[in-house]
Amino acid sequence: MSTQTMARPATSYVVRDSATMLRRNLLHWLRYPSLAIMLVAQPILFLLLFVYVFGGTLGAGLPGAAGVGDRGDYLVFITPGILVMAVASVALGTAVEVALDMTGGIIARFRTMDIAKVSVLTGHVLGAVVKTVFAVVVTLAFAVLLGYRSDAGVGHWLLALALLVLMAFALTWLTVGMGLAADSVETASNTPLFLVMLPFLSSAFVPTDAMPWGLRHFAEYQPFTPMIDSLRALTAGQSAGSDLWLAIGWAALIAVAGYLWSRRLYTKVPTK
Amino acid sequence: MICMRTNTAISVAGLHKSYGDNEVLKGVDLEVPEGSVYALLGPNGAGKTTAVNICSTLLTPDAGEIRVAGYDVRTEADQVRRSIGVTGQFSAIDEFHTGRENLQLMADLNHLDRARARKVIGELLERFELADAAGRRAQTYSGGMKRRLDLAMTMIGSPRLIFLDEPTTGLDPRSRRELWQIVREQVADGVTVLLTTQYLDEADQLAHRVGVLDGGVLVAEGTPAQLKSRVPGGRVEVQLKDAARLAELAAVLPEATADVESLTLRMANEGVASLRRLLDRLDDDAVAGVTVQSADLDDVFLALTGHPAEPRGSSEDENEMEAVR
Repeated sequence: MSTQTMARPATSYVVRDSATMLRRNLLHWLRYPSLAIMLVAQPILFLLLFVYVFGGTLGAGLPGAAGVGDRGDYLVFITPGILVMAVASVALGTAVEVALDMTGGIIARFRTMDIAKVSVLTGHVLGAVVKTVFAVVVTLAFAVLLGYRSDAGVGHWLLALALLVLMAFALTWLTVGMGLAADSVETASNTPLFLVMLPFLSSAFVPTDAMPWGLRHFAEYQPFTPMIDSLRALTAGQSAGSDLWLAIGWAALIAVAGYLWSRRLYTKVPTK
Repeated sequence: MICMRTNTAISVAGLHKSYGDNEVLKGVDLEVPEGSVYALLGPNGAGKTTAVNICSTLLTPDAGEIRVAGYDVRTEADQVRRSIGVTGQFSAIDEFHTGRENLQLMADLNHLDRARARKVIGELLERFELADAAGRRAQTYSGGMKRRLDLAMTMIGSPRLIFLDEPTTGLDPRSRRELWQIVREQVADGVTVLLTTQYLDEADQLAHRVGVLDGGVLVAEGTPAQLKSRVPGGRVEVQLKDAARLAELAAVLPEATADVESLTLRMANEGVASLRRLLDRLDDDAVAGVTVQSADLDDVFLALTGHPAEPRGSSEDENEMEAVR
């Protein structure tokens, strides 16, 4: 058979094939910008909605500098939660992209080629990380435009960004699995919706103390809360303490579970 | 340099495959010699795509010994993948990429170096008549162009063995002929082809050997000529001017079948002598026309399976959509 491709294990091409698939993924984004715009628009719309519609009232419920908070305090309070929503929003888009791939003919081509199998998935995950950084930067720029200011230094901000990237990595492995498990693109766009809903039941928009007992316990123990609390501390230039470790632990757990699930779904040889 | 271990490109023995209770392949045996074109011919649901999917490592067989390019599809799937190219039934191009970008994607996944990739992509764009459209998104391509791009993507790694699953389904006649020409060019270069088709003329045009698959079993196999010889001489059709004359003629020709609606009498053509006797029986003013048709594979299909080569529902297609996911 052909001479140049013999005598080497496919695994030696994991990096090269993943880079190829990443390029494919990002090219889709450039060619189909409406998806990108939608993903970035969602957190920005939430930011506008919460700051200008609810911000005056909700801000008054926050402990502010002068005893009572205002709209500006509320902007600072919710920006970390909005950034997490940007991460969730990109992850949701990834489930749709994976399902689009899986329901199209090109996946059969990839499966019959001698390429690193996981690269079909890592292309999506790495693409999502790049998109998340983009979405976070745009959302943050918008928040600054609305008056958001931070006292945190470069070190804290880098740590905050690293945490967001880790979250993107973890949530995307989960949504890649959802995209693989979905039998249609519609299903794939619905299953991960809870990721966009969960921040509402966390410390993102109101302090959990304000919630009724049952909900408060749920909010305090769900993974988004330590992530948001860590971001809130870091972007305020403070140490995130145990919340940061909890956030990293959750992200690692979600990433590993999502990866194993996705890999199993993808490599499972179809019997039917 | 690795050569095929044998001169047999594909060897399938005792292939069985079921989707749940639905047994799609019930013991298929076939051999495809290197450098030849083998056509699996059959209606929808006959098991053609399942057979191709198993040979191309997309599906695992329930039972059977399947070797492709000398490798076992179950235990040496990666080696098989390295040796083959597949153009499936469903368009396997990236619609958001341009034609050139699609080929570049395949070149990268085949791990070609930059210079070689550029050369091969340029050659394929020329050869598959896509050079003018290379910078356009594949979304904007016609059906025939998409198929050509699909096949060009398959050829990037210079596979010596390619699978074409219904390569011209949905194409207009001109695009079909263009695609046939391209397949013939690959074959001239020594590429082995296993193709599936529902079109009898396609098998006739392209294949050295044809296997007729019906209900998961190969009901016949041979060269197109051998298969045609099973229906010697083809058919004679006599068009009559009215129903009374049709009935009159049918009465004296018991071996013929009369079609009242089209006022046509059909019978097997058993050679010149019988044809002359038939013509002697015809009144000049009763007959609107006489056609002698050489046998085509449609006749073969009817003779072999007892039913015409028409789609019989799409249960297999649904299963296979499911299977490929």
